[in-house]
Amino acid sequence: MTVLTFTIAVAIVSFGAGLLGSLTGLGGGVVLVPLLTIFFHVDIRYAIGASLVSVIATSSGAAAAYVREGFSNIRIGMFLEIATTIGALSGAYLAGWIPTAALATIFGVMLLYSAYISRRVRPPELRDLPPDPLATQLRLNGSFPDLGVNRSYNVQHVPAGFSLMFGAGALSGLLGIGSGAVKVLAMDQAMGIPFKVSTTTSNFMIGVTAAASAGVYLSRGYVDPGLSMPVMLGVLAGSLCGSRILVKAETKSLRLVFSLVILVLGLQMLYKGIWGHI
Amino acid sequence: MSGHSLSPQHDSSPSGRAKGWDDHRIEVIVGHLLRVGVVLSATIVFWGACIYISRHAHEPADYKIFRGEPSDFRTIPGIIESVVNGHGRGWIQLGLLFLIATPIARVVFCVVGFALERDRLYIVFTAIVLAVLLYSLLGSGLT
Repeated sequence: MTVLTFTIAVAIVSFGAGLLGSLTGLGGGVVLVPLLTIFFHVDIRYAIGASLVSVIATSSGAAAAYVREGFSNIRIGMFLEIATTIGALSGAYLAGWIPTAALATIFGVMLLYSAYISRRVRPPELRDLPPDPLATQLRLNGSFPDLGVNRSYNVQHVPAGFSLMFGAGALSGLLGIGSGAVKVLAMDQAMGIPFKVSTTTSNFMIGVTAAASAGVYLSRGYVDPGLSMPVMLGVLAGSLCGSRILVKAETKSLRLVFSLVILVLGLQMLYKGIWGHI
Repeated sequence: MSGHSLSPQHDSSPSGRAKGWDDHRIEVIVGHLLRVGVVLSATIVFWGACIYISRHAHEPADYKIFRGEPSDFRTIPGIIESVVNGHGRGWIQLGLLFLIATPIARVVFCVVGFALERDRLYIVFTAIVLAVLLYSLLGSGLT
């Protein structure tokens, strides 16, 4: 492939990943690395570097739209970012030591887990939980407008959520993804944060987390300009288009299709990792 | 989605803050800041792409074997030098540097915001996050 055809093909695929990622709310980054490694035969380290850059672009690009909704909790975000950024830095350093076959295997497991999370029926939201002393001390509790009334919430299990966030950050730094699936697990499940608040806050955190490992990736020479350029521009354009048509699209069947894609890519990455075809 | 999400009474901050500063106002400004940063960096990357493609369109693209980038593309002085020499890929890396800087600028702005709210605990938390980010950028050999 020449530079021109490669750039155009990667830009189109990245646009599709960004579009589907934002329409389904599953994030485009998670499919980019397997697509680049499996179909474009890109070395997984270059693919991770390019994906990481695109994660920052989508997170920052969508921030203004999310803020308008007014659900995110800047305190929860900033407090948990201590865990995610330290995790991301550790993950980025770890990525330099881990063999590529192991990286592909971990990526495969992460994809299967994301596919599972996207199909799982979300348990009903717990409301009116008692205040947790630690969360109160850290001033994490807040409120958000829900159906015209201001609904307040109390954050639970701060240490568990904080530890899970360290893991989410480490995965983000290791694999170059936003790791939204783990963040949701920490915020929805462990900390009992309402869904609307946790998704918007998570989007805010993703960019900062990715920036923590991006410096390491750039200085180590994992960020290739020729590859990152079509990936970043494509994903950004795709996700911005996705957030425009979000209201009109039938997302239920799209979600099913996209989680099947994630599942298949996950199996392929596992196969490649375990049998060393990487 | 509920309709009236832009409620002016977003009251989750402690008392004693400077008048007119609350979490939501910080977030709105930060949201715009991030968008400007992304548009700026995407424009620089696009400009670099035009130069790069116009010069190298018909060369083979091969990313199968990992070589690591030359120092022109992985240190800040190298990138700046490459931009000065008019290299398309140098411009792309400069745009990506701007992109990495946008979330960092966001954290810097949050330090300022929490300082205006006089929220000591969160000034400390934000400063820790900022220190980790700066360590990643400056401690990893980028400079």
